[in-house]
Amino acid sequence: MTTTPSKRRILGPFNRVEGDLEVHVEIDDDQVSKAKVNSPLFRGFEQILQGKDPLDALVYTPRICGICSVSQSVAAAQALAGAQGLQSCPNGQLATNLILATENMADHLTHFYLFFMPDFARQVYLNKKWFEQINTRFKAQTGTATKDVLPARAAWLHLTGILAGKWPHSLAIQPGGTTRSITAKEKITLLTTIRCFRQFLEEILFTDTLEQVTAIKTEDELAAWQQTHQTSDFGRFLMLADDLDLASLGGTDNALMSYGAYHNNQEPLFKTGVWQQKYYTLDTSLITEDITHSWLKGQSKARHPFYGKTQPDSDESSGYSWCKAPRLNQQVVEVGAVARQMVNGNPLIQALVSQSGTHVKNRVIARLFELALVLPEMEQWCQQIQPKEPFCMTSKMPDDAQGIGLVEAARGSLGHWIKIEEGRIFNYQIIAPTTWNFSPRDTLNQPGALEQALQGTFVGDDETASVAIQHIIRSFDPCMVCTVH
Amino acid sequence: MSVLNAETPDFLNSLKFNNINLLWHPSLSEASADEFLSLLENIESGTIPLDALCLEGSVMRGPNGTGRFHMLSGTKRPMMRLIESLAQKARYTVAVGSCATFGGITMAGSNPGEACGLQYEGQQPSGLLGESWKSEAGLPVINIAGCPTHPSWVIETLAQMAAADFSKDNLDNYNRPRSYTDHLVHHGCPRNEYYEFKASAEQPSDQGCMMEHRGCLGTQARADCNIRLWNGEGSCLRGGYACINCTAPEFEEPDGNFTETHKVAGIPVGLPTDVPKAWFVALASLAKAATPKRLKVNAVSDHIRIVPGAIEEDKEQ
Repeated sequence: MTTTPSKRRILGPFNRVEGDLEVHVEIDDDQVSKAKVNSPLFRGFEQILQGKDPLDALVYTPRICGICSVSQSVAAAQALAGAQGLQSCPNGQLATNLILATENMADHLTHFYLFFMPDFARQVYLNKKWFEQINTRFKAQTGTATKDVLPARAAWLHLTGILAGKWPHSLAIQPGGTTRSITAKEKITLLTTIRCFRQFLEEILFTDTLEQVTAIKTEDELAAWQQTHQTSDFGRFLMLADDLDLASLGGTDNALMSYGAYHNNQEPLFKTGVWQQKYYTLDTSLITEDITHSWLKGQSKARHPFYGKTQPDSDESSGYSWCKAPRLNQQVVEVGAVARQMVNGNPLIQALVSQSGTHVKNRVIARLFELALVLPEMEQWCQQIQPKEPFCMTSKMPDDAQGIGLVEAARGSLGHWIKIEEGRIFNYQIIAPTTWNFSPRDTLNQPGALEQALQGTFVGDDETASVAIQHIIRSFDPCMVCTVH
Repeated sequence: MSVLNAETPDFLNSLKFNNINLLWHPSLSEASADEFLSLLENIESGTIPLDALCLEGSVMRGPNGTGRFHMLSGTKRPMMRLIESLAQKARYTVAVGSCATFGGITMAGSNPGEACGLQYEGQQPSGLLGESWKSEAGLPVINIAGCPTHPSWVIETLAQMAAADFSKDNLDNYNRPRSYTDHLVHHGCPRNEYYEFKASAEQPSDQGCMMEHRGCLGTQARADCNIRLWNGEGSCLRGGYACINCTAPEFEEPDGNFTETHKVAGIPVGLPTDVPKAWFVALASLAKAATPKRLKVNAVSDHIRIVPGAIEEDKEQ
């Protein structure tokens, strides 16, 4: 116990996260003893959607966010398909997978190079033996990596130019498939674009083939790989992670959840479930949202999203965020690439997380590993498209129905719950990945995943500038605009 | 994020080659928290000059005009107060996207956030700064509307300002840059032959013209989306879905549904810009009578079933 009173700090705004974020910390003995995470922007999309034509959700929901736009489209389309009882056709499913994977891969790339790594080129690390190398490579705006990444990212998003008209904010993804049929010639263009990006990943991020990377299955194999790939950007990250002990930052041991990703022939590439020491099936009826510490009113206890309400109340005195607190069976869960790969049983991620839990290092490794895992699948999906077969199924929207859309965005599990009455949207509730990860406390006073991850962080003398806090926050790849919506 | 899709050259080089120094960007800059707040302080005190303020996202005035729905993190200050203050310092003030310009999608429905644009609230000149407001350069807010904006709409406008080659003449009736709003989305639409013969798409992946049934507003929407393509080869119409006129104020509240054409007595309510109704109806019925079989069939297919020149009866008509 400390005898001096806690120091309190309000930290923000944080950039290189999507949207607005404020963190309140209490500091004892130079360590964070308590953190409260605030999402300081409320726009009211769930209220906007009430009374609209159900299919118009395909216009409104992607516009929640300029970075998870396709994920929102896919979740909305799936919720509507559920309400219609409509199955997509194989081409529609393949094209949807390709569009979603394009966004998710672009987001992983953007996160690593533009959002996360520039913090290691900060002056605070000037005396590190690696500083010059990392500064040259990853310095915000001027590092050589930015010059490589911006053109590669823009070229990669050409996939959406063909498959979805544009990115962000496409209307190509529909409940029964996609609006854009693909010709045989276009399959070649798509495949060539995918292989250009493969070349970028293999020559620059990994300096190795994707197949060699995904063959790494143990911590020892990863350490051996690191030794022989020191000039790859992944290798550089692993070196930093060792030197700065990023495995000791931002650790939590919550349940990990994934809604499952990239369905093809009914089977998802990454499976659905929950990991907590072992694999469990996911029962989404156990998902609730609690508003005890939110600036919201209208529900006295936590509710399943089908019955959820969103009524802002800035006078709510126990509130400290516009964000709700989603819980699975009253438990806090962490979502994101690391959760997805744990649930799916990826051998390397299993080995790493069972050894030391989820933390800054493992979250970043899982994200980069997914780049290597998903890209070869995209090549397969592209080749499986049958240009002469249909791309979109249709059916009438019932006047009264409900549906659920569950997808994996780059940063984790995104769910849409729609209720339709008399042909209009009666209720629409959205739980975004960062709603899970950056939730406030709940009625049991359980802190959200980031609030837990920040606890115990050493912030030193100049705590406001503590770069450790920034590493932890950004390791979740937060999207704040989706969080409250 | 759309602006990061800029190509040949990329976004940062586009700025560099046009002599634009980026003071701060939410996705690209190192400065966070206190470093960023001190940059704002230096701009507000006049220590650092600000040539252009670019705002993305609408101004959230709620609840009850307090601005509590959007606070500047790390401070107790509503974001709208910061925006007002920075706009007074900036030589040019630029609204990027339909939210910052007109209020956009966040103004839809009951407008729960009390959202508005910088100088417009939907079609009404007002917004946060008011109708008569002018920046130091003597211009109103420059409204780069679109949801999203094309990266080069933004870059070219900023580059024109940096080159001191931007005046009131470059703006249209909603203060949007004419560099992209002198066109209609219809210009360059690859479905033009279907349009000419009123061979219309009925289902989401059909190839035909989307004006008659699928809600397309391309003949009324002011933008060059089919001339200046998106993400390589794309545009909404090329992607197989309707133009929803996202560069226009109040696009977020269409007369009917977004992807179903609003009609009265079987005639679309919104007719092509500058085309008299009687002529449009007459031309449309004539075109319908003359539609080649090839177009009739292909319009309701998701790939080309009949290639040009394949049908004898089309030639003989």
